[in-house]
Order: sequence, then C-alpha cells, then structure tokens
Amino acid sequence: MRLRGHRRLTASLVAAAAIGLTLTACTGDIADEGSADADCSDYETYGTFDGAEVTVAGTILDLEADRLNESWADFEQCTGISVEYQGSSEFEAQIAVLAEGGNAPDVGIVPQPGLLARLAEGGWLIPASQPVEDNVDEFWSEDWKNYGTYDGTFYAAPLMASIKGYVWYSPAEFEEKGYEIPKTLDELTTLSETIAADGDHKPWCVGLESGEATGWPGTDWVEDYMLRLNGADAYDQWVTHEIPFNDPQVAAAFDAVGGYLKNEDMVNGGIGDVSTQVTEAFQTAGLPILDGECSLHHQASFYETFWNPDGGDDVKVASDGDVFGFLLPPANADDPLSVTGGGEFPVAFRDAEEVEAFRAYLSSDLWANNRVSLGGVISANKGVDPENASSELLTQSIEILQDPETTFRFDGSDLMPGAVGADSFWKGIVSWVGGESTEQVLDTIESTWPSS
Amino acid sequence: MTTADLLGKILQVVMGLVVFAAIVGLLIFFIDKAPKKGRDYWQLVGFLAPALILVSVGLIYPAIRTSILAFQTNAGDFTFDNFVWAFTQPAAIRTLINTVIWVLLVPTFATAVGLAYAVFIDRSRGEKFYKAILFMPIAISFVGASVIWKFVYEYRSGDREQIGLLNAIVVAFGGEPVQWLQTDPINTILLIVVMIWVQTGFAMVVLSAAIKGIATEQLEAAQLDGTNGWQRFTNVIVPGIRGSLVVVLTTISIATLKVFDIVRTMTAGNFNTSIVANEMYTQAFRASEIGRGSALALILFVMVLPIVIYNVNVLRKQREIR
Repeated sequence: MRLRGHRRLTASLVAAAAIGLTLTACTGDIADEGSADADCSDYETYGTFDGAEVTVAGTILDLEADRLNESWADFEQCTGISVEYQGSSEFEAQIAVLAEGGNAPDVGIVPQPGLLARLAEGGWLIPASQPVEDNVDEFWSEDWKNYGTYDGTFYAAPLMASIKGYVWYSPAEFEEKGYEIPKTLDELTTLSETIAADGDHKPWCVGLESGEATGWPGTDWVEDYMLRLNGADAYDQWVTHEIPFNDPQVAAAFDAVGGYLKNEDMVNGGIGDVSTQVTEAFQTAGLPILDGECSLHHQASFYETFWNPDGGDDVKVASDGDVFGFLLPPANADDPLSVTGGGEFPVAFRDAEEVEAFRAYLSSDLWANNRVSLGGVISANKGVDPENASSELLTQSIEILQDPETTFRFDGSDLMPGAVGADSFWKGIVSWVGGESTEQVLDTIESTWPSS
Repeated sequence: MTTADLLGKILQVVMGLVVFAAIVGLLIFFIDKAPKKGRDYWQLVGFLAPALILVSVGLIYPAIRTSILAFQTNAGDFTFDNFVWAFTQPAAIRTLINTVIWVLLVPTFATAVGLAYAVFIDRSRGEKFYKAILFMPIAISFVGASVIWKFVYEYRSGDREQIGLLNAIVVAFGGEPVQWLQTDPINTILLIVVMIWVQTGFAMVVLSAAIKGIATEQLEAAQLDGTNGWQRFTNVIVPGIRGSLVVVLTTISIATLKVFDIVRTMTAGNFNTSIVANEMYTQAFRASEIGRGSALALILFVMVLPIVIYNVNVLRKQREIR
C-alpha cells in the first residue's frame, strides 16, 4: 500500500515535470533572453523602473507584431519596464467593452480617431502627459495632433502612418506603350480610356472583399476623390456631418469613382466583370498587373507587402522595377498635394509613470526611427530620416508626409461614427457597385447617421 | 510570458479552486449542523442560493440592463429611436424578414428530412452506419461547417477553373458560373441549407429513438387492420412521437434564431443576408450603437418567447396525460 502510494507520487511528479517542460517550449523564455545589450544612453530620459509592467493591445498581428515587440526591446532592457503586447483582430470591437468593465489594457493602440473619440467620451482615457505632448508639438503637424485630441484635451500621439490613394502600375508596361503618369484626374481618365481602347485588357483591377469589412477599399476611392474634387474644407464638413452624406459634393465624388468602378469597360481586369469586385479579396486584387491582365490598381502604401505574398523579393517594387505606385493626381495640375491616409494612436487606460514613460518613448523620433528601420511601415514623425525606410516607395511616402505643403486628411470612414464609417458606408459601396444608384445609396447611408 | 509566470498562474487557478471547494464544503457542513427546526428550509436555501446568485448575475441583470439600453441613445437619454430604426430602416427590416425566413425553413426542413430518414433506415441493415453518416455534421462547429460550404459555393469568373463544387457542376452542364453568395435572395436560402445540414442529424437521432419507443403490437395491429405504409406512418407513428417532434422543432427553432456564426463566416451579413443575431453584434460592437444592438436583442427575445411558451405548454400537457 505504502509502496503503491509512493509510486503514484513519483508518477505524478514525472507528469508535472513533463508538462512543465512542454510549457517552457510554448512560452517566450528563449526570446526574452535573446536581446543583446543595448546602448542605454538614449533611454536615460525615461528613467528606470523596478519590475514595472505595461500591457499593450491592438490590431497589429503576426510579423508586424513581432517588429513592434522588437522596436521596444531596448527600451524594456534599459528602463526595466516590461511591455506585454497582445494583438487581436477583434480589438476594435472589444476595447470599449473591456474599458467599461475595467479590464482594459494599460495602452490600447487605436487605429481610428473615431474610436479614440468614443473612448474619450466614455471617460476611460488618461490624457497624455507633458513629455508626450512636447514630442507631438515638436515632431508632428497640427493636423495629426488634432486626430489625437478630443474636446480640447490631448489624449494620444500618433504612432505609425500609411498613405492611401496610391495607384499601382507596371513601369515596364508604361515605358513600352508610352503611357505617361497622369498629372490630373482628367489625364487619369484619358489614360484609362487609352488602355481600354488598346484592347487586350481592361485598365483597372479592383478587389473590395475583406471579410466582414468588405467594401472599405471602395470607401478609400471615394475619400480620395472627395478630398481632391471638393477640397479639405468640404472633406472636414463631410466627416463631421456638417454637410449631409447625400450632399451634391459627395455625389460628385461617388459619380467620379463610379466612372471606373461601375464601368464595364474599366474593370475588372484579369478577374471578371464588374460584379467580381465584391468577391475579389483586396489582398490579391492587384496581382493581375504582374500578368499584364490589367494596368492600374488603387490601394494604400501598405500594398507593397502584398506583391510578394509568400515573402521574398521575386517582384521588385521600384520606379524601374516590376511594379510601382504614383499618387492619385489632383483635380487640377496646380492644386496643392492632398493625400488621405491612416495611422494609429496609443491611448492609455491606466494612470502610471511607467505607462507615460512608454508613451513618451512611442511618441519620440527615437522610436519612430527604430520602427521604420525594421521595415514595412512609415511614420509621419518629422524626426524620421526618410533614408531609414525599407523601400523607395516608403521613403517617398515619408517625404510626402513630412512636407509642410502637403494637405493630409485622415481616412474619412475612420473619422465618422462607427454606424456609418464601419458599417453603412462599407455596405453602401457593396450595393452601389452591385447596381444601386448613387442617389439611393447616399440616402440610405445618410439615414444611418446616428442622431446623437 | 515566462514559464515561471505560467506556473504561477496555474497555481493561482488551483488555489482558487481549492478555496472554492473549501467554502462550499464549509457551507454544507454548517447547513447540515443547522438546528433541527427549520433545517429543511436552510438546506433549501443552501443548495439553491449559489445557482440563484449565478443566474441573477449572469442572466437576469444583463437582461434588465439590455432592456434599459434598448431605450437609450449613446448619450444615455431615453428614446424610442432604436426601435424606430429597427422597423423602418430598409436594411434592418430585411434583417428581420431574413430571420423569419430562417426560423420557418430550418426547423421544418431539418425535422422533415430527419424524420423521413429515421423512418426509412429504421430496422434496416446497417442502420448504425447510416445514422452515423447523417449525425456527423453535428460534431462540426458552425464556423467549420460554414468554411466547408463556402468552398462549395465558391465562384470563379467565366473561363477560370471552378474550385467550387456547385459551380463546377453548373459549368459541367454547360451553364454560366453563378455568384451564389452574392445573389439575393438565393444566398439566404443557401446559408439556410448549411444550418439544415448541421441540424438534420440531431432531429434524426431523437426521432429515431422515439420511433423505437412505439410498441410493436400497435404497428402489427394496424397492419392486421389492412393499413398501408403511409397510413401507418400518419396514424400510428406520428401521433406516437408527437412529444419528441415538438421538442425537436422548438429546439431547432431556438437554435436558428440564435445562429450567428454561419452568417458571419460566410457573408458577414453583406448582400442582404444579415439576420438579427449577426446584426446585433455588428451594431453593438462594430458600429458602437449599443442602443440599436440592445433593441435587436430585445426583439430576438420577444421572437423566442412564444416558442418557449409553446414548448413548456406541450410538455406540461403530456405530463398530465401520463
């Protein structure tokens, strides 16, 4: 009896040890030990902490999340603050619920100013500390600071950025056929008609499918045209509902886009007819350019990574390479450069020194340069050296963002209330491409604008 | 997370469970030692209280809060706008209509097919095998089933190779490929097919068991009276399994009203396929219109209510007969 009991104990100990070893393999012990000694002199301003931890959550996943973790590894080592990042594709839907329940992470990386405003309205956000605000005043434009501000209080500095409204094309094809990069929207129309008339393929390839967010690539088109045709003031009035969604100016932007998206002769190169836009995933939609089945594809700067979906560098993205992008031109050749884009804002839910130290680091040029050097993204931080960007296109994008002459406007649907910007606007694009009239779609979207 | 953290967390969970067990044990111990007078009462309270507390925290409180939120704007003022929205917005109305279509078609077809199948394979050779085949989809999650069927309905334009089974068949017979999931209203029907596929096995198993419960003498007597197969089915088998039929129908109806995963996975509510449960989530969490989401939740609750009441009534009547 006694012996048996002893044996049982041994067995369970062995089992526990085995489980423990297996768990070790799953956890990040090895990764934690891997970081080399960093030069800590840059990090002295943030102070040192003993055993402090900051939890961070956001929508950034996979490779991008790894790079994010890498971007603050030295900060962790030098300050003693351990940063725990958790990415989730449901972050935007869950964050308000978590905040209300008191379970929010210390820092949430919010990708929409509209969501930031909603969280601030709920009273859950900690205003940014002075060092963060000083960094923003030094490194960002007034426009960007405004997107992190709600009701006169400044809550968060911008993090990364992307430029929307690039038109991807094949430089080789352009050279061979003598196409010129258009300088006005009219020239773009002429170019598209020329390509269509040349006969062997339709000019544009378009994909609007993105799971439950299907339709958003179409909203980007409309926003780009809204800003270029009607100017920044009308754009601001549109996103804040000072003019209704079915205003004639908005209708004009829709109809201009409709000249491409609803036109059988313009889309959908290499994929099918007009209706295939809603089933073609936005990630793969531009790829027919490589097979010469279409010539133009409208998508943000981040589309650069999709040209080589399996990694590697088979497809060369450069002005003399296989594909490259030009910005959607202005309405008139002498109009100032106007671009739409996106970005993230790290908001704080916990009032603590280590959280603010971390946020101050994220708002600094030091972090921005660290992150941009790791590749794939850009920042509108003026302290970023464009040469640190991982590609010609991203270098050019940073220069555009840093240029004081550039009129920058945040992605309109991200600024609108969720009921429109994350629901009826997307759905409206789908039914509009499916054949509904502009008037009908705009009236429907207008009627979903929340009354309060 | 390091191993030490993880072990620490496991230890916390174990400690929590131990403390919980100790408190419950202590409570039971004291209830057992309660004075003889009123001991029954104390025991009743002791055993019911935990369940009651959990139900009120997890069910009653959220229900009340949802009802209140349904009548509030985002700013917290009283309003009927959310219900006005639910019954006047074309998209919202379509959501309600779709839900009604779902709840009419799924239980009817799942039960009818399940019943027919159960009757046909009853006492046949290889009954177990046939049952297993139809029962298997139940083991698949709704999301898994949706992914499988999404491939069946997959569309590739014109001259490209079809990878979807349905379009491959259409093309093989010389037809043009169809965008099944984007074509209103056939897309709603095709989503309903997925739900029927999942639920038929459940209906079949329950009804098969009920059919086996009918006395052989009854069926033999009917046979001696010169009835044919159809007459025996309508006059002996169906009345004999009425109770099980009601349970199956109502269970599937409620499951159908709540279904969310299929629509969300396959079309995300686009192309006029949304139903109340999906729209509820979309409105409350993605569109951050908590009031609209709550109003839809309340409407869903009202829709389920008659089915539940009917179910309870039938079951009570049956008990009275026995």
